[in-house]
Amino acid sequence: MASKELTYVQAVREALWEEMKRDERVIIMGEDVKINVWAATRDLYKDYGDRVINCPLSESGFSGAAIGAAMTGMRPVVEIMYPDFTMYAADSIANQAAKYRYMCGGGEFKVPVVFRIAGSGNFGPSGCHHGQSLEATFIHFPGLKVIFASTPRDAKGLLKAAIQEDNPILFYEHKLLYGVKGEVPEGDYVLPIGKADVKREGSDVTIVSYAWTLHKALRAAEQLAKEGIEAEVIDLRTLRPLDKECILKSVAKTSKLVTAEEGTKMGGMGAEIAAMVAEEGLDYLDAPIKRVASAEWIIASSDYAGQMGIPQEADIIRAVKELV
Amino acid sequence: MAKAKTGQGKMPKASEPKTKKPKEKIPKETLLKIYRDMVRLRFFDDKLNQLVASGIRITQHSTHGQEATQIAATNALEPSDYLMPYHRGWGWAIGKGMQPSHLLAELMGKATGCCKGKGGVHIADWNLRIMGRPGVQAAHIPIAAGVGLSIKFRQAKDVVLCFFGDGASNEGNIHEGMNLASVWKAPVVFVCENNLYALFTPNVETTSVRDIADRAQGYGMPGVIIDGTDAMAAYEAASEAIRRARSGQGPTLIEAKTYRIHGHTAMDGFHLGGYRPKEEVEEWEKKDPILKLRKRLIAMEYSTAAQLDQIDQKAKEEIEEAEKFAKESPYPTKEEIFKDVYVEDVQ
Repeated sequence: MASKELTYVQAVREALWEEMKRDERVIIMGEDVKINVWAATRDLYKDYGDRVINCPLSESGFSGAAIGAAMTGMRPVVEIMYPDFTMYAADSIANQAAKYRYMCGGGEFKVPVVFRIAGSGNFGPSGCHHGQSLEATFIHFPGLKVIFASTPRDAKGLLKAAIQEDNPILFYEHKLLYGVKGEVPEGDYVLPIGKADVKREGSDVTIVSYAWTLHKALRAAEQLAKEGIEAEVIDLRTLRPLDKECILKSVAKTSKLVTAEEGTKMGGMGAEIAAMVAEEGLDYLDAPIKRVASAEWIIASSDYAGQMGIPQEADIIRAVKELV
Repeated sequence: MAKAKTGQGKMPKASEPKTKKPKEKIPKETLLKIYRDMVRLRFFDDKLNQLVASGIRITQHSTHGQEATQIAATNALEPSDYLMPYHRGWGWAIGKGMQPSHLLAELMGKATGCCKGKGGVHIADWNLRIMGRPGVQAAHIPIAAGVGLSIKFRQAKDVVLCFFGDGASNEGNIHEGMNLASVWKAPVVFVCENNLYALFTPNVETTSVRDIADRAQGYGMPGVIIDGTDAMAAYEAASEAIRRARSGQGPTLIEAKTYRIHGHTAMDGFHLGGYRPKEEVEEWEKKDPILKLRKRLIAMEYSTAAQLDQIDQKAKEEIEEAEKFAKESPYPTKEEIFKDVYVEDVQ
C-alpha cells in the first residue's frame, strides 16, 4: 500500500474525507466544524455540503441528536471540541448511546455514532476546562468502545474502523499529537479496534501507554537503552475493550510493568491495567507495578504551572529505574 | 408560597381560547378507534395497579386521566412515523399499535416482551417505530430532533411525535433539543402533557410560566394549548402539527392541560391530600376523558351506549388475556440477559 507523510490532524481529516466519500450516510456534526479550530474537519463542507453541520453550543443536544440520526439510517461523526465538554454530553454518551441497543428493543437498534473527542491533553495555559485527559472516565460504560490513537497511521486506520462499525465509539484526539508527522497508508486503510501495538520491543520492562504520553515513553525507552535497560513499549490504541493478551504476553516476557498516562492516577487506565495484570498475570511479575499518571490535582491554567503535574519523560525513567 | 402547595384546581384560563376549531370532521372510524384504545389503556392501567398491589414489582406511572392526548395524538400518525415516548405511559405504546400482551410481558421482565424482558419500562419497538422510552427526563428531546434530521437527509416524509411532561420542561435538554429541531426545521411534533405536578412538587414552585406552550416562542415554533382531557381536540391539534411537520414547515409544541388522577407511581401514597388537595383530584375526575368522548360519540350518533359497552367488554377481556400471557411467559435465559451490549456480542 502506497503511503505519504501526513500530520496526525491531516490523517484524521483524510479518514473523514474518505469515509464521507465511501458512504453518503456519514455526516459530521459539532461546533464550528466547517472552519474548525483543529482543522480536522476544515473545508469538508466544500466537498460534502450540508453533510457537515455546524451545531449550536449544545454538547448534550447535538450528541443526543446524533444518536437519533444514527438509529434511523445515518452514520454521524460528532466532534466534541474538548474532553472537558463531554461532561455536558455525558448523559447522551453514557446513558443513551451506550445503553440504547440493550435497553430498548432488545437488540433491535444500532447506534453507529462516533464521538471524536478533540483537543485532549494539556498544553500551555489550557488548564482544567480545556486540558483534561478524561478518556478513562468513559471506559466504565459497557456499550461504548474507547479509542485513543498516538500516530497519524493509527489515527487514520482506527477512525475509519470506528466510522464503519455499528457500535457507539469515543475517538479521542490529543491537541499535541495533531502536529506529529508520520507515514500514512493511502486509500482504504482500516485497523482492528481492540488491538494494542508493540511500538518498541524490549525485554527488561513493559511500559504500557497511549496518546501523547506514549511518545514520552518511547523517548524514555531510548534514554534507558543508553543505560542498558531495554523497555518494551505498548501502545494501547483502544482503551475499551482492553487488549489483555498483548499486555500479559509482554509482562510474561519482562516481569515488570509500568503504566504511563496523562489522566489522573485514581481510577485511571493504569489502575485498570494494574488490576487486570494482578488478577490474570500476578505470577509473571517480580516487582510491584508502577503507575505514572497526573498528580491528583486540578490542572493549573498557566503555561508555567500547567505542566507541573503532568507526567514527563523523566517520571517514566524514574519509575522504570525503581523496578529494574 | 402557601397557595402553591394547594396546586391548581382549575385549568388556567389561557388554555381555553387558544384551542383551534376543527377544520374537518374526524372520521367516525378514527374516533371509535380512539375510544377503543383509550378504554384498553384504562383497563391496562387498572391492571398494572392491581398487579403492583398484589406485590409484583412493576414500575407504573399511571395514565389514568391522561388517556385522551396520548391515544389521540398517536392515532394521528402513520405507521411509518416515529414515536419518542416519555415516562408517563402507556398510552403512546397502545396508540402506536403495541399489543398490551407484549407491553405487559416486558414490564414484567418476560422474554416475550417487546425488549426481550431486558428493557422493562424502556419500551421500544423498531417495527412500530417506537424509538425507546428514556429513564432520564428529557434525554430524548435531542434524540427526537436527530431522528427528524435523519428523515430530512433521507428525504423521507415521516414525522416524529415526541412526548414529555411539565417536569421535564425545565431540563436543559429541552432547550437544546427544541432549538436544534427548530434550526433544522425537523419534522417533529412535541407534546408536553402538563399534569401540574412533577413527582410530589406542584409546578408553580418550579416553573417560570404557567403555559409551557409560551416557551415555543423562544424556539421559533408555534405553541398550541389544548384541553388534554378532550380526545377530539388532541387529535385535531396533533393532526395539524403533523401536517405542518410533514410539509417541511418544522416543529410545533402542543401543550395538553391534563391531570393524573393517581399518584406519580403506584407507590405514591401522598397524592390524596398530601401534596395536592382531595377536592382538586375530585374536580379533575369530573373531566374524565373517556366519559367525555363516550358522551360525544353518543351525542353525534356515531355509536350507542350498548355498542360502546361492547367495546369496553372486549377491551377488558383483552387485558385479562394479556395478563395471562405475561404471567405464563418465561423469563429470558441468562445467555440472553447478557447479549446485546454490543452489536457483535463480545466485550
